[in-house]
Amino acid sequence: MKIIHTDEITRNIKEMCIEANFQLSPDMEKAIKEALEDEKSKLGKQILKQLEENMEIAKEENIPICQDTGMAIVFFKMGQEVRLEGGFLEEAINEGIRQGYQEGFLRKSVVGDPLLRENTKDNTPGIIHYEIIPGENIEITVAPKGFGSENMSRIYMLKPADGIEGVKKAVLETVKMAGPNACPPIVVGVGIGGSFEKAAFLAKKALTRNLNEHSSIEHIKDLEQELLKEINTLGIGPGGLGGKNTALGVKVETYPTHIAGLPVAINICCHVNRHISRSI
Amino acid sequence: MWIKVHKRRQNVDRYIKTPLTEEITRELQAGDYVYITGVIYTARDAAHKRLYESIKEGEKSPLSLENNVIYYLGPTPERKGQVIGSAGPTTSSRMDKYTPLLLEQGLKGMIGKGKRSPEVINAIMINNSVYFAAVGGAGALLSKKIKSSKVVAYDDLGTEAIRELYVEDFPVIVIIDSLGNNLYETAVEDYLNKGV
Repeated sequence: MKIIHTDEITRNIKEMCIEANFQLSPDMEKAIKEALEDEKSKLGKQILKQLEENMEIAKEENIPICQDTGMAIVFFKMGQEVRLEGGFLEEAINEGIRQGYQEGFLRKSVVGDPLLRENTKDNTPGIIHYEIIPGENIEITVAPKGFGSENMSRIYMLKPADGIEGVKKAVLETVKMAGPNACPPIVVGVGIGGSFEKAAFLAKKALTRNLNEHSSIEHIKDLEQELLKEINTLGIGPGGLGGKNTALGVKVETYPTHIAGLPVAINICCHVNRHISRSI
Repeated sequence: MWIKVHKRRQNVDRYIKTPLTEEITRELQAGDYVYITGVIYTARDAAHKRLYESIKEGEKSPLSLENNVIYYLGPTPERKGQVIGSAGPTTSSRMDKYTPLLLEQGLKGMIGKGKRSPEVINAIMINNSVYFAAVGGAGALLSKKIKSSKVVAYDDLGTEAIRELYVEDFPVIVIIDSLGNNLYETAVEDYLNKGV
């Protein structure tokens, strides 16, 4: 059994919120640079050049890559052998977000009530997904999510008879409807199966995967590659102004589902796909 | 409802200064790269709602719209020594509901990113205004073009307050011009047909 103090969780979350907003993970940076090399459209190349330059300026001058520093999404995997000491876990996580967004000069983008819409002024609460895992470590992923892309996400409750073709149709339709709005080139997270909310969660989880990591399930790996190829024939391109590189990656997560159901959730992320993971 | 007009000429780079008069907007064509120098104002969801309601209620608006440019921006907080934080565009379609009324009041330019509704496109044409896009996600790069920033209205809205910015060579591209040409439609078509 390992004892972990919630102050340590707060500190780590704070650091991760800040780190995520100034530098993209190496797979994302590489993908943007490769898209620039590979792009055929003149406008597309110009836009990708600006995005590459933007990443450099963000790193060098300590300015967030994008002004939408997002709502903090936290995947909190607690080892079953861990015992927590200190304050209440949820408050410790939110305190980490609060400190991170304050000390990191990040934007306060959360409203307390979705209808009354008064800014909470500290970017809390975050959205926390808890999971219990074996062992005595805590694994945390912080994935600030911007809402330009989030707003272009969709869920389809397909019929089993719609099959894989129905899934592909739903993904392509979602990407087409998004067009320029999600700041292409995008990353697409797809959740298939589970229930209404599980599919959506899977789609968000899919976005935190390394771009170079394919599904370990053979037919899902094929689906990921086919979807990426088909999306990139749409011609939407960087900034939605025409080009080859509409998507940098498609990641699919699946889960068992009901005999009458085929839920498909498509979570769109822009090219500022931020996620940092640590183990405590 | 509205007629699409084909390109009249090759796209050019233009350097323009605000205030944005109709003389300027009529000359701009969808696809032109434009570098804006002068004063522009920021406003997004919450500020648009307030502006819209105050105009509807016949109240005095805190912002004169005539020949002005609005940039759909909610910046990150600036550090000491910085003029402004990260400053890229937000998705324009969320402001569509409020835009035709603002254009009627004399607003001549809007900077954002993403598609606009048919009602907005129509209002752009009727009022001889222009819709520009700045590169979405280039918040750090764009912040360097902003030379001064001060809150002029709705301070309580924090990041969503109306700010008066002085920009120099702020890079944008004309998406919808005063004739209703729409680059989001033509550019994708051009790429698929010609691979440009």
